[in-house]
Amino acid sequence: MREIQATTVTRAVRDLCIKANTELPESHVTALQCALEREESPLGREVIERLLQNAEVAKERCVAFCQDTGYAVFFVEAGDEARVTGGTLGEAIDEGVRRGYEEGYLRKSIVRSPIDRTNTGDNTPAVVYHEPVPGEGLKLTMLVKGAGCDNMSALKMLTPAEGLEAMKDFVVETIEKAGPNASPPVTVGVGMGGPFEKAALLAKKALTRPSGEPNPDAELAELERDLLDRINATGIGPAGYGGTQTALAVHVESFPTHIAAFPVAVNLDCHSHRTASVEL
Amino acid sequence: MSEEPTRLEVPLTRGGNESLQTGDVVLISGVLFTARDAAHARIETAIENDEPLPFDPEGQVVYFTGPAPARPGHALGPAGPTTASRMDPYSPLLIERGLKGMVGKGLRSETVLQSMREHGCVYFGAVEGTAALLADRVVEAEVVAYEDLGAEAIRRLVVEDFPVVVVNDLRGGDLYREGRERWRRPVN
Repeated sequence: MREIQATTVTRAVRDLCIKANTELPESHVTALQCALEREESPLGREVIERLLQNAEVAKERCVAFCQDTGYAVFFVEAGDEARVTGGTLGEAIDEGVRRGYEEGYLRKSIVRSPIDRTNTGDNTPAVVYHEPVPGEGLKLTMLVKGAGCDNMSALKMLTPAEGLEAMKDFVVETIEKAGPNASPPVTVGVGMGGPFEKAALLAKKALTRPSGEPNPDAELAELERDLLDRINATGIGPAGYGGTQTALAVHVESFPTHIAAFPVAVNLDCHSHRTASVEL
Repeated sequence: MSEEPTRLEVPLTRGGNESLQTGDVVLISGVLFTARDAAHARIETAIENDEPLPFDPEGQVVYFTGPAPARPGHALGPAGPTTASRMDPYSPLLIERGLKGMVGKGLRSETVLQSMREHGCVYFGAVEGTAALLADRVVEAEVVAYEDLGAEAIRRLVVEDFPVVVVNDLRGGDLYREGRERWRRPVN
């Protein structure tokens, strides 16, 4: 059994928080540059140029490129032959978030409960999802999730008879309804299958895939292209000012489901797409 | 943005925003007051209780934002706009009291739009996700009320050439609707 010190996890999480919030992932910068080339609206192009300029300035000065430094969401792939010592994994992650958000000059945006809206003061608790995997590795993937776009996300329990066409319509409708509120050009995470909560979780996890990397399944990759085309036909455009580039990428994840079910969830991420990972 | 920008000094005098048109690129210089969800809720309570407001809205422009902490040497941390629709239940209260402009992002309700047209208030969009660039245009920042709210406190900002676009003008123009209609295309 491999042992990993809790302090090692804390340090890694602290660094992830700062990196994810100040450095736009390379794949996302490329996606924005492609969108800049394709955008037909002059105002839309200007918006994308500013986003790219903002990303550069943020990285150079090590400041957050968006003030909403969000929920700290972690997908943890914990090897069955590794264990954390000197504290629990959950505590180690929270301590890393606490330090990262304080030392990185990041905004603390978490309140105690939907009813008691007192700020927790340190952006904890982190939102942690565990996935058991074989081996002795420990991989942490962070997604910084802003609320503006998360608020525009949606889930629907379709019936098998409604099927794929209804699923596509629901994804596009969600984008239409979000309009400028989700801060386009967005990245669209779609989760389908499983019971209710699995679809939502898959939609969120889909956002951690490098921007524009297609699903390895050819049929799902085709579905992603089809959805992207339909979303970009809406005309919403960068910042919602009108244009041809409403989404940069659509990432679809699928899971087996029940004979009676066709759940679909859509989780949106704004153009400040923040994800980073580390293997310990 | 792409065209020659209009320069606007705030606070505004009476009628100072009348010539602005949907789609105009505007550089704001002068004073902006920041306020978002929690500050608006407190303003509503102050009005209900007949207490003085944290600032007189007459002629002013409010900026919906909650900045990140500032690094040493900066007037303000990164500060882009937040979703304006969450302030829809409160905005008419300030508009009726003379507010002349709002800076944010995203759709407004019909009730707010009507109040804006009636009382002469314009809605500007700032590009969300350009928080570091926007903070560069802030030369002074001072908390003037509700300090306990942290990022949500009301701040008085002095800005220079703060870039925005007119989304809703006083003639019923709506950049979000018009932009989408113009660029929408049929799908196969």
